[in-house]
Amino acid sequence: MPLRLLKYALSREHPAPRFFRACEKPKDSYDVVIIGGGGHGLAAAYYLAKDHGITNVAVLERGYIGGGNTGRNTTIVRSNYLTPEGVNFYNASVKLFEDLSQDLNLNLFYSTRGHFTLAHTESAMRTMRWRAEVNKHVGVESYVVGPDEISKACPQLDISCSGQAPIHGALYHAPGSVARHDAVAWGYARGADQRGVEIYQNTEVTGIDVQGGKVRGVHTSRGYIATNKVLSAVAGFTPRVCKMVDVQTPIVIQPLQACVSEPMKPWLDTILVSGSLHVYVSQSSRGELVMGSSLDPYEVHSTRSSLDFVEGLTSHILDMFPFLSNIKIVRQWAGMADITPDFAPIMGKTPVDGFYLDAGWGTWGFKATPISGKSMAETIANDKAPELIHSFRLSRFEEYELTGEKGAASVGH
Amino acid sequence: MKLLKCPVNGVRPLSEFVFGGEVREMPDPNTCSDQEWAGYVHHRNGAPGMKKEWWYHGPSGTWFIAERDTMRDEVARTYLYGQEDKQ
Ligand SMILES: Cc1cc2nc3c(=O)[nH]c(=O)nc-3n(C[C@H](O)[C@H](O)[C@H](O)COP(=O)(O)OP(=O)(O)OC[C@H]3O[C@@H](n4cnc5c(N)ncnc54)[C@H](O)[C@@H]3O)c2cc1C
Repeated sequence: MPLRLLKYALSREHPAPRFFRACEKPKDSYDVVIIGGGGHGLAAAYYLAKDHGITNVAVLERGYIGGGNTGRNTTIVRSNYLTPEGVNFYNASVKLFEDLSQDLNLNLFYSTRGHFTLAHTESAMRTMRWRAEVNKHVGVESYVVGPDEISKACPQLDISCSGQAPIHGALYHAPGSVARHDAVAWGYARGADQRGVEIYQNTEVTGIDVQGGKVRGVHTSRGYIATNKVLSAVAGFTPRVCKMVDVQTPIVIQPLQACVSEPMKPWLDTILVSGSLHVYVSQSSRGELVMGSSLDPYEVHSTRSSLDFVEGLTSHILDMFPFLSNIKIVRQWAGMADITPDFAPIMGKTPVDGFYLDAGWGTWGFKATPISGKSMAETIANDKAPELIHSFRLSRFEEYELTGEKGAASVGH
Repeated sequence: MKLLKCPVNGVRPLSEFVFGGEVREMPDPNTCSDQEWAGYVHHRNGAPGMKKEWWYHGPSGTWFIAERDTMRDEVARTYLYGQEDKQ
């Protein structure tokens, strides 16, 4: 069997398919230029072509596609947020995710596991009840459960957390899922490419040409490209790109780290999150435990990871699962999270005509990839943001209309 | 373990410190426009660079300033507010 597999892999009759054309050189101009080949930029390109017939589009990526936060996240998809506008928005994304493997004709390993947000204090329980009510109201399946139901779903969990922080209950969210993040980027890239979009890797935008308050083009490491519409979907690089057009935002960059254990036989088929212990954990289809924590405590523009992080995280994981004490951590990494003060994204138009922003995705943007791509495509095509993302506009800060999402978004995932 | 030098207590582990954000000039609330004030309240200079930042040493309750390169995470120097020239 392995030999046959090897022969197949080396056979000339079955070459590995390319996902998108390797375009030689960018054209002199495009209708739309998208900065950033992460999930968000590629999804926007896909929906521009698919929903709006706009195909004269280039996606410019300074590294390789999906190499930013898209390929670094812990892939939790959920919609159990706190504000009605947040729940509605993320719920629309979950709906798109559920059919996405079909749409993109690619197995995204989208796996609905159920998601428990553990509460270790009475005040945390209060927030869980509040979120459950808001979710129910919007039609999302979330409800509060007690320790018995948690034990039933995950018998390995020490409900007393080694006596450190006994669990009072949890918010259970049935649609909670995980997916294969690279496949999301590659699937959108292939779909966009098939519809005529051009994707350029190793192509960095170094400046944006603005004249009379309007976008005229972009300077890149491979020359000047004329365009009237630019979408910035660069996550951790947002402050740098916004500086090119003098657009002010509240975004600060803080690293968010994650790690995986060595692979084990499947034992954890649900997603567990603890705000008090600052951990979230799920088991990947390869058997590794995928684990993350909260943000690093101060601004840094780099993707270096630290020993402090694994030490802190694993000690809390051991509170929950003492039997993991001889399991090894095999990889750790960091991404640059673009954090907003109200833990909600910044999407839509900006004071510069033709400069559209999709940013502020912080620690929570993977789950929003489909809906943000769709919403940004609509914003660019109509030069007007749809109602769904109105609360996420950049001008909300000047208008003192911040969203109140902190309670549901501040544990990074 | 990362280290930071408190101007009063010397070099200490980073876990004893709290980050207080970039040092920013407050516009005069009596004379500035609403837009300027909203910008001061919400917006930040998020681009990387050598920045002057507030840091707090928890055990001794000392606020001080660090000049730090936010790209490389390297601190050039630290001093108490107003004592920049004495260093
Ligand atoms: C450790 C970690 C765990 C996370 N866990 C979750 C989770 O469980 N669930 C969840 O929903 N979210 C999670 N997130 C958040 C999520 O990963 C991000 O919000 C999301 O992936 C952002 O996607 P994006 O396409 O906007 O950005 P990215 O994938 O970062 O893509 C931006 C791209 O822009 C490129 N770029 C930047 N500047 C330029 C330039 N000048 N020219 C050309 N290209 C440029 C970059 O190279 C990069 O590839 C996590 C993040 C991290 C770091």
